Amino acid sequence: MVLFLFRRLVVALLVCTAVLVFAFALTRLSGDLAISIAGPNATANDIEVVRKAYGLDRPLIEQFFDWVGRAAVGDFGQSYFYKEKVSKLIFDRVPITMTLGLVGLSIALVIALPLGVIAALNEGRLIDRAISLVALLGQALPSFWLGLMLMITLGLYLGWLPISGTGTWQHFVMPGLVLSFSAIPALMRLTRSGMIDAMSADYIRTARAKGLSRGSIILKHAARNAAMPVVSIAAVQLGFMLGGSIVIETVFALHGVGFLAWESISKNDFPTVQAVVLLLAIVYTLLTLLADLLNAVLDPRLRAS
Amino acid sequence: MALLEIERLEIGFGGLAAVRGASFAVDKGETHCLVGESGCGKSVTALAVMGLLAPTATRKAAGLRFDGQDLSGLSEREMSRLRGDRMAMIFQEPMTSLNPAYTVGSQMAEVLIRHRGGSKKAALDRAAELLERVRITSPGMRLGQYPHQLSGGLRQRVMIAMALMCGPELLIADEPTTALDVTVQAQILKLLDELQRELGLAILLITHDLGIVARVAHRVSVMYAGEVVETAPVAELFGAPTHPYTRGLLSCVPVPGKIAPGEPLGSIPGIVPRVGHGFTGCAFRQRCDLAGPDCEGTVPRRTLAGDHQYLCLREPTEIARS
Amino acid sequence: MTTNKIGLWLGAVIFVGIGLIALFAPLLAPQDPFQQDLTRRLLPPFWMDGHNPTYLLGTDQLGRDYFSRLIYGARISMMIGILTVIGSGVIGTAIGVVGGFYGGKVDDVVMFAITTRLSIPLILVALAIVSIVGSSTTVVVMTLGLLLWDRFAVVARVATMQVRTQDFVAAAWAAGCSHFHIVLREILPNILAPLAVVTTLEMALAILLEAALSFLGLGVPPPLPSWGLMIAEGKDYMFFSPWVITIPGVALCVLVFGINLLGDGLRDLLRTGRTT
Repeated sequence: MVLFLFRRLVVALLVCTAVLVFAFALTRLSGDLAISIAGPNATANDIEVVRKAYGLDRPLIEQFFDWVGRAAVGDFGQSYFYKEKVSKLIFDRVPITMTLGLVGLSIALVIALPLGVIAALNEGRLIDRAISLVALLGQALPSFWLGLMLMITLGLYLGWLPISGTGTWQHFVMPGLVLSFSAIPALMRLTRSGMIDAMSADYIRTARAKGLSRGSIILKHAARNAAMPVVSIAAVQLGFMLGGSIVIETVFALHGVGFLAWESISKNDFPTVQAVVLLLAIVYTLLTLLADLLNAVLDPRLRAS
Repeated sequence: MALLEIERLEIGFGGLAAVRGASFAVDKGETHCLVGESGCGKSVTALAVMGLLAPTATRKAAGLRFDGQDLSGLSEREMSRLRGDRMAMIFQEPMTSLNPAYTVGSQMAEVLIRHRGGSKKAALDRAAELLERVRITSPGMRLGQYPHQLSGGLRQRVMIAMALMCGPELLIADEPTTALDVTVQAQILKLLDELQRELGLAILLITHDLGIVARVAHRVSVMYAGEVVETAPVAELFGAPTHPYTRGLLSCVPVPGKIAPGEPLGSIPGIVPRVGHGFTGCAFRQRCDLAGPDCEGTVPRRTLAGDHQYLCLREPTEIARS
Repeated sequence: MTTNKIGLWLGAVIFVGIGLIALFAPLLAPQDPFQQDLTRRLLPPFWMDGHNPTYLLGTDQLGRDYFSRLIYGARISMMIGILTVIGSGVIGTAIGVVGGFYGGKVDDVVMFAITTRLSIPLILVALAIVSIVGSSTTVVVMTLGLLLWDRFAVVARVATMQVRTQDFVAAAWAAGCSHFHIVLREILPNILAPLAVVTTLEMALAILLEAALSFLGLGVPPPLPSWGLMIAEGKDYMFFSPWVITIPGVALCVLVFGINLLGDGLRDLLRTGRTT
């Protein structure tokens, strides 16, 4: 197990390194960064000034290692647009995105787990098919559109929830709900198949032979064993949600990391874009590591090996 | 005095009849063996008694009584109160029958807490006591272990100890030694035998192994294609087998009465027929030397001296001559 | 069983139906989708009061016929969906088959590539690329094609591993066939079925992503009638004229739902095909 985690850690570091190269290369896609920064109306002279000012006249390799060296100690340079340190810009906005992600994941779990269990216990019956169909329909909803539709219905017509902003906890309900929709189908399907496998296992027959109550059989004996793949996918989905928050935050005007990313992209603020890409990749990698650890806690067999 | 009485039990899976009017009874404190080839309906019969059949199965019986109480009228909730308490069951697959996610102690304790209440501490004490009783050394340590840390034989002992938590009157053991090594098999059988005598337990032991029957059974019921074709005390069955199928079975074993433990069931020409709901008559007739056109009609249950019953049209003398 | 078949057929009908609409858009559209008429802005659709029978689904904020734009929008969604999965399908299948076929160190590299790809935030990077390179339909297709190969690779890899151990592959080895020949003639035909399911899933994803990119202003450029762009353009009017975002949104949902139904039905078909 220790060896396994060590190997996972090495791979995680390698992945982060690869993303580092990728994030750097990404912003050099246009060929000449200085032209993009200087803007469409810049003269050749302006571009030259920009190139000097941002150190873009140096060899690429030098620029890369300079960036990596700083990034390693958490310094992502100055934002071109905000005239502030990129690390501070991001750091200030992390709480909102984290809140949004966690609210989204919580809603997704609260909806997906019971539905998955109900579908599994009624495998092949009408209710199982109905739940699958609803999940499939949920999968087809574009998140930005769902967000707008909720704004119109829940916000404008019914007046239940605030339409945009971050003032109170209510502000996170609608975006959280929208974000959760992207994760619900995957979580539900996995819960369903995990529960179906678990319920047909020999140890469930034993639990029934012991005269345990139906609740105890389902919640204690089956759910515990079905939980492991669900934990893995939940961590992955949280990672995807944080990545997907760029759309939701833009729709709901939540000034989190996603909104920052969108702004920096439209403003050609490359240091910020690079930093956010790298940060999200690191968070995703950490989440998958966390899922492996959680699984080890859940499964005594994994712990031992 | 009968503890478990089964009268004309019928179990169907869709169009297939798994059990077709099987009848037998298990007395208090006896070891009753249910023998037959795989697919003859013996496991399904046991599951039906416990109320553990799959939801797709249909169960019907003229009588299904445990200690005089009619089981067929009980709700799932009432059945679950009986299971693990007054009747317990152990299974063929010790490797997968315990939940991998919980310790041995926690899985054992929950049975007692469910049926008797009380503290976890008290339940764990009882569990430790029973682990010792099934001859597991250092029970305190075993309680904290997970199933994957135990061998197959140990797991089956844990299953047995777990079944005994509430002091049941009936223990159903479905091929409890089939998945185990021969030496471990012998130990488990010896253990069951001892427990049966010490605790006055009734055991319904399901097996296809006549060696096991000869070793532990008081009485034997032979199943064929969903019917109990013969029931007799063990000496009577081995000494004077009457139903042609039972005779076929025993003829496959080299020296009747002196069968070595672990001897597998022999083979009889032909195969066990798959029987639908409309089937009438004797299911063994295609494989039977004595079969005639009359075997397609209703077959009576005959009773001989010495608590010996069999299901056939032919007289014992007629069968003995063949 | 039968209800699954219904889903499969319904999905196929939706997919083929919208595909035909896309194909014959110039014949089907009653108006020019780019023709502006500022005197007829934001006319309501046929089920609402004050609609104009010429404009079945009303008009947008520039007075363009919404029904015609919706029909032309199907072209964009379909084209992006199909072209993207061709690109990502080829890339992902190639990577996955190589990993599954050679195993060992090669497979480690493939797994590493897949893990890295999964850790890269999809929408963010797609937005960044389109923003830097410049937005056009071609750029959107290429970007999505280069990003959406992960699931193809995962499935192709596992399927190749299973097929590789089978007898007919061993026979091909024994017959002295080249690696290339074995992969092309023996392995690929046998992993197409699971890949077909992935194709539907990825096509649905690509269509949703294009809509999201266009919605954020970094996808298909205006005045093209992408459904995502139509929603973005209608956003400012949605509180007074909700249909401007409802109509393209529902169209997107129906298309993606149809493709998902198709994929789900195919998956079930494969599963039952395997057990029997």
